[in-house]
Amino acid sequence: MYKSTILVCGGTGCHSNKSDLIFDKFQEQIKKHGIEDDVLVVMTGCFGLCATGPVVIVYPEGAFYNGMTVDDVIEVVEEHLIKGRIVQRLLHEDAKSKKIIKALSDTEFYQKQTRVALRNCGVINPEDIDEYIGKDGYQALIKVLTEMKPEEVIEIVKASGLRGRGGGGFPTGLKWQFTYNAPGNDKVVCCNADEGDPGAFMDRSILEGDPHAVIEAMAIAAYAIDARKGYIYVRAEYPIAVSRLGIAIKQAKEYGLLGKNILNTGFDFDLEIRLGAGAFVCGEETALMASIEGRRGEPRPRPPFPATKGLFGKPTLLNNVETYANIPQIILNGPEWFGSMGTETSKGTKVFALGGKIVNTGLVEIPMGTPLREIVENIGGGIPNGKKFKAAQTGGPSGGCIPASLLDVPIDYENLAKIGSIVGSGGLIIMDEDNCMVDIAKFFLDFTKDESCGKCTPCRIGTKRLLEYLEKITKGNATMQDLDEMEALCYYIKDNSLCGLGQTAPNPVLSTLKYFRDEYIEHVQNKRCPAGVCKDLLHYVITDKCTGCTLCARKCPVNAITGTVKEKHVIDQDKCIKCGVCFDSCRFSAIEKQ
Amino acid sequence: MKSIEEIMAIRDKMKAQISNRDNADDSTETRIVVGLATCGIAAGAVPVFNAFVEEVQKRNLENVRVVRSGCLGMCKLEPMVEVFVPGEEKVTYVYITPDKVKKIMDDHIEKGKVCSEFLIQEA
Repeated sequence: MYKSTILVCGGTGCHSNKSDLIFDKFQEQIKKHGIEDDVLVVMTGCFGLCATGPVVIVYPEGAFYNGMTVDDVIEVVEEHLIKGRIVQRLLHEDAKSKKIIKALSDTEFYQKQTRVALRNCGVINPEDIDEYIGKDGYQALIKVLTEMKPEEVIEIVKASGLRGRGGGGFPTGLKWQFTYNAPGNDKVVCCNADEGDPGAFMDRSILEGDPHAVIEAMAIAAYAIDARKGYIYVRAEYPIAVSRLGIAIKQAKEYGLLGKNILNTGFDFDLEIRLGAGAFVCGEETALMASIEGRRGEPRPRPPFPATKGLFGKPTLLNNVETYANIPQIILNGPEWFGSMGTETSKGTKVFALGGKIVNTGLVEIPMGTPLREIVENIGGGIPNGKKFKAAQTGGPSGGCIPASLLDVPIDYENLAKIGSIVGSGGLIIMDEDNCMVDIAKFFLDFTKDESCGKCTPCRIGTKRLLEYLEKITKGNATMQDLDEMEALCYYIKDNSLCGLGQTAPNPVLSTLKYFRDEYIEHVQNKRCPAGVCKDLLHYVITDKCTGCTLCARKCPVNAITGTVKEKHVIDQDKCIKCGVCFDSCRFSAIEKQ
Repeated sequence: MKSIEEIMAIRDKMKAQISNRDNADDSTETRIVVGLATCGIAAGAVPVFNAFVEEVQKRNLENVRVVRSGCLGMCKLEPMVEVFVPGEEKVTYVYITPDKVKKIMDDHIEKGKVCSEFLIQEA
């Protein structure tokens, strides 16, 4: 019987901050003090509050330690575990209330969340199937195999109102029904773990923190649509997720939860991991399947849809990681329970990866319909350094931005579509007054231009041309006519591209044009970047506040600043490379961006 | 290869191990708080704490949590144990030894009857 449990976050964020060494140190110290029979150390998946990592929680107190170092371990073991005194200095300080928080569950970040897909992340050891089983893992599979007919499973998924969490929002139950209806008895279940949206990492965190949930759900799906074979397509850039998934599949096979004659019910299902090389287009379903088949990751026109002709020409059910992670809970708790969360048309919860100019960078899971303001101001802890919220980008390069005036819009599939954005896979990037919206659009177009597979012309050439317009604007060379032409090109690309990548690539441009047109016009007409980001429109000027301390002149890497001691200095605009070193180093705020 | 019965057995066994990882919900949960500061430890609170953990796990009580706390200030009364039952006033037991734990579990935690003999006796 363990008296204490130490959970060490092993998600990618904490792992890259050496949480593996912290884990080792805990084991070493616990052995040293001879309390290994009393204290269990567990490496878990992501807790969500990545900004404060590496994160450690000690139960039963639930003490939430953050910013841990290897050296802090000794203090936690000696003070907390041996003497029972919580180490106050390592506790979390709430970003909003500035109060010291003892338990993770007391933070505003957590209290406003509803964890369904993430329920085991940061709670169990993802490399131990027994812990997953202890959290009612594989109970849904047992229930389905022993008590339910395939049709009943599909009805439950349909009744729950679950919709695709990968971005499209297509009703999951219908997808299952279509694949079930497809003729043939050689069908395939597939999981899309090719999370490509920059800034989104919920699928990675689910695979790292609760891989068995996805495996269980895929087995349930296979039973429902009568498939024998499954593939998980995950990008090789997610090494921890791939490794834990591999361990999980191996354990499930050993327990007879995958493979032949599962739990003696006569049902066979085998699962394989396929690695992708990290191309954005491979998140598109037809490109993903081409890649699994060993061909070049390029989309093809639909129909035929994967439900009728997918992987290796067989009817294929393809769902996203987060979608699958909801399935066992829906089976166990019923569709009414799931439907009780969310809005009329968007049921359940959604995980968002919160990033950008926000205090609590991390993963949050909220009921659909939660207003953006709640996420930004309460869960996210607001904008750092007292800056003002400007916009939030949802759906990454396929989505659009939401301006401050629409902060109270409830986030669900319909509402976001109405204001020109999408839920997408759940990336949520917050921007403050220092972000230039033209520059943001340029960033995403630069990404989609690189990631366009090149198969269809509107996307291959269109994204390149669109990027050129944006570059022209940020360099101050564009005319108002260019703006109109650019907008027309956006609609052309949307209407004519083959797959979702091209069809959504112009969204960042269109939505910034819609809500921040004045910023574009300022760039074009006055050759000015209001946020002071676009380098070519930016001039650093020394004002009369200059005391002549010579610091900037000494720091300038290109010797563009001249002046004598105790007299106002001058920047030679021809030499200046706009690196901003002078601006950052001036102690008298005497340098201005214009 | 495991049978369904074996999976169920694993679940029941693991539930006990994982149960102390849920974050406390004070509104519905009974909390047994054992003072484990230097004073408490010196007076023998560690075996008391262990006894509570074992009893709770043995009885499979999901809504009861055993928690450590620091010094309560009345070091001469250690080992001290405080029991918080939702909706009721907290109860402070003093001079607790491992053999008194079973009675507290039986009477107070399971039947809701306060063990008055272990309370602070005012002189």
